[in-house]
Order: sequence, then structure tokens, then C-alpha cells
Amino acid sequence: MSYQDKYEMVCGVETHVELATKTKIFCACTTEFGGEQNTHVCPVCLGLPGALPVLNREVVNLAIKAGLALNCEIAEFTKFDRKNYFYPDLSKNYQTSQYDLPICKNGRLEIEINGESKSIGITRAHMEEDAGKLVHSGESITTSDSSYVDYNRAGVPLLEIVSEPDMRTVDEVIAYLQELVQILDYAGVSDCKMEQGSVRFDVNVSLRPLGSRELGTRTEIKNLNSFAAVRRCLEYETERQAKVLNKGEKVIQETRTWDDSQGVTLSLRTKEEAHDYRYFPEADLVPLKIDPEWVERIRATLPELPAAKRERLKELGLSGYEAGVLTSSKAMADYFDRVMQNYADAKVVANWIMGDLSALLKANNRSFEDCPIKPYQLADMLKLIKKGDISGKIAKTVLEEIYTGGKDPAVIVKEKGLVQIRDQDALEKIIAEVLAQNPKSVADYQGGKEKAFGFLVGQVMKATQGKANPELVNKILKEKLQIAY
Amino acid sequence: MKTIRKSLAELHTLLVNKEISSVELTGEYLDHISEFEPKIRAFITVTAEKALAQAKKIDQKIAQGESIGPLAGIPMALKDNLCTEEIVTTCASQMLREFIPPYNATVTSRLEAAGAVLAGKLNMDEFAMGSTTESSAFFLTANPWDLSRVPGGSSGGSAASVAAGEVAYSLGSDTGGSIRQPAAFCGVVGLKPTYGVVSRYGLAAFASSLDQVGPLTRTVRDNALVLNAIAGYDVLDSTSVPFNKPDYTQFLENNVKGLKIGVPKEFFEHGLKSEIAELIKQALKTYEQLGAEIEECSLPHMQYALPAYFVISTAECSSNLARYDGVSYGYRAEAEEVIDMCETTRAKAFGPEVKRRMLFGTYALSSGNYEAYYVKAQKVRTLIKQDFAQALAKYHVLLSPTTPTVAYKIGEISEPVACYMGDVYTIPVNLAGLPAISIPAGFVDNMPVGLQLIGNYFAEGLLYRAAYAFEQNTGYYQEIPALLREAD
Repeated sequence: MSYQDKYEMVCGVETHVELATKTKIFCACTTEFGGEQNTHVCPVCLGLPGALPVLNREVVNLAIKAGLALNCEIAEFTKFDRKNYFYPDLSKNYQTSQYDLPICKNGRLEIEINGESKSIGITRAHMEEDAGKLVHSGESITTSDSSYVDYNRAGVPLLEIVSEPDMRTVDEVIAYLQELVQILDYAGVSDCKMEQGSVRFDVNVSLRPLGSRELGTRTEIKNLNSFAAVRRCLEYETERQAKVLNKGEKVIQETRTWDDSQGVTLSLRTKEEAHDYRYFPEADLVPLKIDPEWVERIRATLPELPAAKRERLKELGLSGYEAGVLTSSKAMADYFDRVMQNYADAKVVANWIMGDLSALLKANNRSFEDCPIKPYQLADMLKLIKKGDISGKIAKTVLEEIYTGGKDPAVIVKEKGLVQIRDQDALEKIIAEVLAQNPKSVADYQGGKEKAFGFLVGQVMKATQGKANPELVNKILKEKLQIAY
Repeated sequence: MKTIRKSLAELHTLLVNKEISSVELTGEYLDHISEFEPKIRAFITVTAEKALAQAKKIDQKIAQGESIGPLAGIPMALKDNLCTEEIVTTCASQMLREFIPPYNATVTSRLEAAGAVLAGKLNMDEFAMGSTTESSAFFLTANPWDLSRVPGGSSGGSAASVAAGEVAYSLGSDTGGSIRQPAAFCGVVGLKPTYGVVSRYGLAAFASSLDQVGPLTRTVRDNALVLNAIAGYDVLDSTSVPFNKPDYTQFLENNVKGLKIGVPKEFFEHGLKSEIAELIKQALKTYEQLGAEIEECSLPHMQYALPAYFVISTAECSSNLARYDGVSYGYRAEAEEVIDMCETTRAKAFGPEVKRRMLFGTYALSSGNYEAYYVKAQKVRTLIKQDFAQALAKYHVLLSPTTPTVAYKIGEISEPVACYMGDVYTIPVNLAGLPAISIPAGFVDNMPVGLQLIGNYFAEGLLYRAAYAFEQNTGYYQEIPALLREAD
């Protein structure tokens, strides 16, 4: 029995996304990922006595941009606050964040679930600094004798995006997260590298009896770093809560953590143990006034966002599925657009990008961001197919050649002698030879075995090293076979 | 008169005319420090070697005919909450007893760039919390006028070192009176500049919205010269203000004709010693004779300043001092678990006054208390600003005693609240972010008394003018502690 038979899930997500600035939010240290431990640090991000923060203006620019992409209102007056709690990775033992006057609020984004569109509210988005990272001497925090702190990440700018509790199924949650990450990727506010921890999620989830309008007691599961982890975690946590409720017990309001290896959530602290963060205004920074001109300046830099792009692709005649796949990453969508500039057959371009090119990149562990085949090269190759210079089959070889050697398709086709044989006389001669060598297949075909036709085509292609024009081969073969031998 | 008791301008002339070298001058000051430190104990660290090295550099410049600034080659010292690169900066706390900053405070850099010679780091109340320098984790500093009395605080070492002639001037920090009160107790000139005039970068924070660095000097002119060097916008401090910094010495005019002085009656309450009230009345007469217009005025919300200050300053300090946890620098107590380590570190290395204030501040910020304490205190702060704004729209400056009493006997004040009450005339100024100066105004019981002048935002120049006229017409600055006279 699944929880869904009796209960409805209510879920909201807090997403922490690293903003793509060159330097940290309050100092000039680099935000570059990796780097030897404690080398991207200075008195400010180390929280040394007397060091003071200075706001990186680019953080504000990116926060505004993200807010606009998420249909948020941008605050005209915003400020920073201190969130006080002790943890060794937090150099000052307070996080400079935003409390009651966040930079963005009241936004929304649209997700598509079973072909229907649903709006998910964005409560707010605020700027804050990331903490450092604990490096344990052993396997995990519980099994280690000691831990070290790496402050390279301390002070990397984050945008925390808080959704409304608008999601009712795990699929909706995943759809929301995918759409959110896509939008942030498109807007260029973050590199969205999930594997490097650029995006992290805290989920708040509760159950309520089907038909009930009241909210149940929620738990918060912190620090999930992939869609898969969110899915597994929610599937586990909803069943766990359902079991508790089914026993007539109450769900405890608490913060939990996801143990990925065991596939379970574990209690971190209950409501009674919850931190009192003692928020108050950050007096080391001055409040920020954002005039409408500033917002408009940023709005002008917003690129086409995924939803708009998907609509445009559908108008080009692509299916919803194709539009979805092509826009799943900004790099892929941009690649599509650039190929289209030189070869405007959306269906054909989509097939090649989603099919052979994607497979090729995947096999080589690369992505569209660093695709060795230039969009114009793919377009040129498609032109060669259209002209009939090469077959689709040969094109696959050409594609691989471009990938490995970087040469333009026309050059490859010429150098390797891959131009299609479309000479009727030459083909007739080859086909006649093939038929003469395969009397049994000829007899089979004429005896009604359709399959034998395919075999004969294959033999012709083999004889021409795949260079025969397939339509011509079909046509000539059919003609010849109708002539009785 | 001994060389070391000369004004900055006189010392500068001696250096430029090569009547004395900076190395010689620095040597004289260092000798004086050696002689008087056993009695005064103003210094936590004396940086003799570095001082002589810097002096040598200045001498080379002079020898090569290069022009030098008015502070070049002259010894000074810094309160030990101002960061000095490669020189231990303790905040008079066990927590930072061995902390060596890898960077300079902006004021340190600016003085260094001006050629100043750093003679050492000065004692203070632990993390600048206190009014007597008795909360220093290391030792007591004595008042040069009476060794059985405190120098005031928290910049007690800054005031005592200048009064004892150990340095030509010093820097202190003022969160609720910590420059002006010790200046008054030690008979020197102390300025708390407008909030935002001097960078706080590298000043170990007590209360971010109130802290301000300022000079302690023997004369008003010296004070203006030091402010010239340290004031001005700093990109590293978001709360520092870009403004057109004047040459503050241009205001030093012995002329207060037409100057409108408001005298807030609330600043004559709260246990003001009658002899001090008498001295302030005499000061008002002096100003009147010099052509100033005196009028009593009222700042109706002043009675709420002290509680509001305690909520705001302790709230900020509870957060500002959270970073001292033994993790990456400073004192660390060994323990099995990280939380134990942090708790034990803080339990062992912070003194009782610092703990008291952090507890108070944590309480005031806690959920359920925040509205009643922190928010209410901020509202009071707004009312106090408005009171001052109204008064300063009518008067050029406001005049009051700096403190209700003269310097306490060591150990006299054991009740924290009694100690806090001593700051009742200085605290409102910090809440409003205004500039104020304390200048010598006479003696009660052979102890110096300070007079406080409060001006409008960025009106340091006007304060200097009013202070200079008083100083030139009274001459209290020429008095020196008996201790120094005996040594002559």
C-alpha cells in the first residue's frame, strides 16, 4: 500500500544556488571551485577581528536577474541581517543573510505535469554567504577523530529561493526543481553544477488525509544535492510519515538528514532543539536601494527563458517531447538555435542533435558546452545529405570524423571519397553483379519472401562501401527483380 | 620644557630643522616609557625595535631633503583593539593574547603612511567593554594624576599614555564614551568623530553601529592634525562615508563670537558632582565672555539613552564576539568534542564583563524578547537622534560635562550598573552618531575634569574651533601631573 491511497503530500523546497560571480560576496577572494585548501581566503572571509564585509555589486545584479526570471517583485529597499549560530565551518559564527526584507519576493514558475500546466509560487529569494566545508579525517563526521575546516567556500555568494508549499506529488517536486535549475542556467545566474554542490535543496514535507485542507506536521530534510536524491528521499519520507500516522502517532516537527547510502532520513534535531537564530540587522553593511532603472538595466540582459524557448520550438513544428529535450540545458538549446541559423529544418536538426550527436557526446563524456563539432559543421553536413552527396548512413561516419579531427564535412567527404554513387549506369552494373552472385535470394524474393529484398540492398551497400544512393538502389533493384530471370 | 612634552607642531619643526632626529626623539620617548611604565602600565606591548626602524626611515627622508608630513617621525601608540600587521593585537583579552594579525587596520596603515612611529599597543578594558580599564585581562593601568585612581576606559591606556607623556598622541575607540571619558579623567583632548568619518576596518568590533576610532592628544591642534591623517572614506568599510575631508587645522581660530551654544539640562542630572557642575558653569561664563551665546535647552528622551545603548551594544557584541571560538585562531581549550572545545574556550578566555554583556545581548535578541528589547531600543535611538537634530538646528554646538564624576579610585566601582551610569553623558552621542570632543576644563580634588562639546554630523571643524578658543583662553592643557613634574 502506498501513502497516496490515504494521504496527500504537501511539499515546499528551499533551493540554495551559488551565484556565478568571479569573487566572493563580501571580499575579493576568488569563487573558483577546488583549489588547495584555505588558499582562497582573506581576513574578511576568515572572520578575523576587525575585518569588514563589502558587498559585491555583481551579486545584486545576479539576484535581480534570477528574481526577474522567476517573475518576482524586486525590492526597492533591501538589507542584510545576521543569522547567529555556532558551527565550525562558519568563520564568524553568524551568516550574513537577509531576513525580513529579501531582494526578491512573490514570484512563480510554471511546471508541466501529465500535459497540464501548474503554477508553483516562489515566496522569496534572498542573498547570503556560503559557509566553509568540514573535511573529516575519517569516513564521516561520526567516525572521525578530528575534522579540518576549509574556508575556500566561505563567502561564496548564494541565492536562497524559497517555494510555496505548492507541490503535491514527488513528480511535481522534481518538475519544479528541473524547471528552476533550467531557468537559473538559462538566465546565467549560476553554473548550476550540481556535482560540485552549486545547487542544494532543503525539502519541507508533510502529509494530510486525502480531502483535508489543513496542513499536517512537516519535517525538513536538509542538504540534498541531486534530483535523484530528492526523489528517493521524498519517497522514503512520505512512506515513513504515513507509517507513523497509520499507527495513530504524530509526526514530530524536526529537521532530518538524508543518508544516501542507507536510503533513509535520520533525525537531526527536533523543534525544541531548533536554533534560535537571533536575526538582527547587519550593521557592518548599509541598506541597499534598488531604483527601477537598475532593475530595467538587468531586465534588458535577460535571455530567452526555457518556457518561451519551448513554445518557439513547438511553433517550428517540434513535438512537446522534442522541445523539452532540446531545452533541457541552455547549451543544447543554444546549439540547436545556432545550427538552425544555417540549416532551418527543425525536425532534421532536432533528430541529429537528440540522436547521433547526443550519443556521441555521451560516449565521450562531454556535453554541448564543449562540443567539438561546431554548429555550422553540423549544418553543412545536413546540407550534404539534402543535396544527396552523402547518405544518412555515411553521415554518421562523417559526424564521427568531424568530432575526432575537427575538419569540415565537405573536406572529409572529399578526402575519404565518401560521395554517394548516384550514377544510374554504374549502380545498374553493380546491382546486376550482386543479383548474379545471389540467385537464391532472388528466387526467395520472387517466391514471396520480402525479407530477401533487404538482404540484397545490404549486399549492394556492401559492394559500394555504403556509398550507393539508397533510393536509387531500391528503385533499380525493384525494376530488375520484376524482370524474370 | 622637556622635548617630549612639546606639541606635534613643535616636534615637527625640531625634526625638519634637524635640531633633533626622529631616532633621538623616539629614543627619548622609549626611555620615558621605560621610566614610567612600572607606575602607569599603559602599554600591553612596546614595539621599540620597530619604532626605531621607522624613525630611521624618516631620518633618511629628512637627510635626503624630502619633505615630511606633520606626524612623520613622531612616536604614538594604538589601543590594542586596532590591528597591527605582525604585531600582537590582544584586545586585552586572554582570547587574543597571542593573536598576530596578518593585516593592518586602515587607521594603522594611514598613520604608517603619514610616517608616524608606532611605539606600542595600549591597555584597555577587555574588548573595549568597561569604563575603568580594570576589565583588562592583563593588568590595571593607573591614572597619571593619581596612581590610586583608574584612567577611565575603555581607552584607558590611550589616555594615560598621553597624559604621562609616553607618546605624543594615541588612538582610541569610542562606543559609548570610551575616548571622551578617559580623556576627561586623564586631562587630555579626546575626539569621537562622526560615525563614518574614520574607517573601522581592522578595529576589533565591540558594537558595529556605535564604534568609532578617534585621537587622544594633549592639545586641540594636535587632535586636528591626527584627525587629518586618519579621517576619510575607506572602501574596506561600507559604513565609512565619502565626504570632502577638510584640513581640520583651518578651523583653529581663537574666535567664538556669535557661536550659539545649547546646554541640555538633562546633562546636568544623574548624580553630577556639584564641583564639576560649578566648573562647567565657569566654562559657560568663559564662552560668554568670548562672545558666544549660551542658552539652556532640552533633549527630552535622554533618560532612555542608557538602557537603549545597553540593549543595542550588547546585542551587537553578542554577535561580533561569536567568532572567537578557538577554531581557527586565538585561544583554544582542548576538548574531545568540537562543541565542548568552543564552550570551554569561551568560558576560559573571556572575562566576566564580556560574558555579562554577551549574555545580555543574546537574551535581548532571543525570540520572544527581540521586539520588547531590540526593536524598542532602536525606536528610542530614533527619538534620541531626533532630539539632537532639533537642538542642533538651533545651536551650533551643545555643551555638557563629559562625566558626572572625576576618575574613580581603583576598585571603587564594583557594581556594573554604577559603572555604566558614569557614561550617561557620552552614550547618547554614539546612539546619534554625532561627533563630540572632551577637553580639559579644570580640576576637582586635584583631578582633571572634562567638558564635552557635541556638534552636528561632520562638524568636527566647528568642534575644534570651539574647543580651541576655550583651550587658548584657559590654558588647562599646560598643567601636568605631579608625577611628571617630580621627574623633571
